[in-house]
Amino acid sequence: MTARVDHIALAEMVQPGARVLDVGCGDGALLQLLAQTRNVDGRGIELSQAGVNECVARGLSVVQGDADRDLADYADGAFDYVILSQTLQATHRPKDVLRDLLRIGKHAIVSFPNFGHWKVRSQLMFGGRMPRNESLPYAWYDTPNIHFCTIADFVRLTQELDATIERSMAFDRAGQKLRVNAPWWAWNLFGEQAAFLLRR
Amino acid sequence: MTANTALREADDPRSLQVRFSEDQPLQMDSGALLAPLTIAYQTYGTLNADKSNAVLICHALTGDQHVANIHPVTGKPGWWAAMVGPGRPIDTDRYFVICSNVVGGCMGSTGPASVNPATGKPYGLEMPVVTIRDMVRAQAMLIDHLGIDTLFCVAGGSMGGMQVLQWAASYPERVFSALPVATAARHSAQNIAFHEVGRQAVMADPDWRGGAYAEFGVRPVKGLAVARMAAHITYLSEGALQRKFGRKLQDRDSRTFSFDADFQIENYLRHQGSSFVDRFDANSYLYVTRACDYFDLSADYDGKLAHAFQNAVKTRFCVVSFNSDWLYTTAEARAIVHALNAATAPVSFVEIASDKGHDAFLLDEPDFMSTTRGFLEAAAKARGLRERAP
Repeated sequence: MTARVDHIALAEMVQPGARVLDVGCGDGALLQLLAQTRNVDGRGIELSQAGVNECVARGLSVVQGDADRDLADYADGAFDYVILSQTLQATHRPKDVLRDLLRIGKHAIVSFPNFGHWKVRSQLMFGGRMPRNESLPYAWYDTPNIHFCTIADFVRLTQELDATIERSMAFDRAGQKLRVNAPWWAWNLFGEQAAFLLRR
Repeated sequence: MTANTALREADDPRSLQVRFSEDQPLQMDSGALLAPLTIAYQTYGTLNADKSNAVLICHALTGDQHVANIHPVTGKPGWWAAMVGPGRPIDTDRYFVICSNVVGGCMGSTGPASVNPATGKPYGLEMPVVTIRDMVRAQAMLIDHLGIDTLFCVAGGSMGGMQVLQWAASYPERVFSALPVATAARHSAQNIAFHEVGRQAVMADPDWRGGAYAEFGVRPVKGLAVARMAAHITYLSEGALQRKFGRKLQDRDSRTFSFDADFQIENYLRHQGSSFVDRFDANSYLYVTRACDYFDLSADYDGKLAHAFQNAVKTRFCVVSFNSDWLYTTAEARAIVHALNAATAPVSFVEIASDKGHDAFLLDEPDFMSTTRGFLEAAAKARGLRERAP
């Protein structure tokens, strides 16, 4: 199995042996990568039946549930890391979810598609239509992605929640990291994806 | 089949049996000591050399040990034939499957229909009240007798799921993985209420005779049938009833303006009631319903369910619920999951979409089957069990 480039980058943020909760863990690929490469004690939450079944068959501990509803049940500081990979934009209350991540985990790792990417901007500006591309394939009326943000928006949200950004990275289409010392505006324009390591 | 066949099964079952004598009494929650004690059980598959592939299946309220063989009384396939057998999710080519009749049951383990050796008559209400924990203690005696230290998995639905949870609480080090299905950590007021309706129906039957009906050569079959009819409704869902029966009439074109079974649903329930009494003992029904009512796992742990699982942190759990089950709801399953999470036990949870209500756990629901198969295969790998022989 070849691991996704962005998964490898996220896994690098996690200390070996940590307790990890992956919220919206999908088919469990990231949790399995973390178990294999970082020896973590991993748990997952996943909404889809198919995803949960795949996770259970991989031997992962995954609970069928919903980030918007079920995070409240987890105790403060129960995990070293809580990961929200490519799911923030699909939650009903992203701010509450992020607040819960920071409460449950000593660290939170959040990755999301950047709506400030130049192609997205140009589609809206010159096409006059809601942007669609490979990583945002849905039509506006049936997309699960109801709360898009840009990298700059996300940084603002972390400030509102008094979270500290420990690490951040942006990726291009191929999942390769952009230059670390590039300014925020450049990331916001050229990063298709972003990932942040946060703490309270 | 006649009623007498079922009664004979209580003392002379077509099953394996183990007898524990007076020096090994069952210590019951009521304070009573039950001896001698008989456990009737079935096994499937082969126990491996290091005794690491044993799966204990715990049966539900009116289930029995006949999980995957033709039932000796009804002649029908075992109650979990869809789940257990060669190549099935609980694969008898790979695992050694054990299922015993619960204490208080009527298929060969000591219960109210068994003959009390002290009197030569059936126990009837002389039988001490049984709890879920008593059932599990008796199962542990059987597992000891079989020389098995750690069970690869303990699995069961409904009342069987309660036993699974009790196993994890009482003997965490002996449970490698646990599969509690369509169950709850305590019986709700609504569930106690339905059970009480059933018990009152039995006791209101003049043939019940204060529980001593066997001495009079009668059986409270009418009361027991009504109890079964009422209970059976709780095992289904409104949607499934509507889909299966709706308002369809039974073998007639119009209403008869009588109290005959005009509707198919009436005919169906009457059949459920009358066939049930052929295989089940009325007093046993009182005892097993009572065991469920008394079940509240957290009560033994200062009201904190998470504390019940504090030593089960190495046991792999897979909790399953069905979205149309209103007897043991998804909310009840989630309460178990939250407690297991709080205890840091490795737990998976799946809510299976099905319109078949509580009964779904007995049926061939594809998502349930694949979840169970995946869970057990991953656990088998972790346990170092060999792959299934090709």
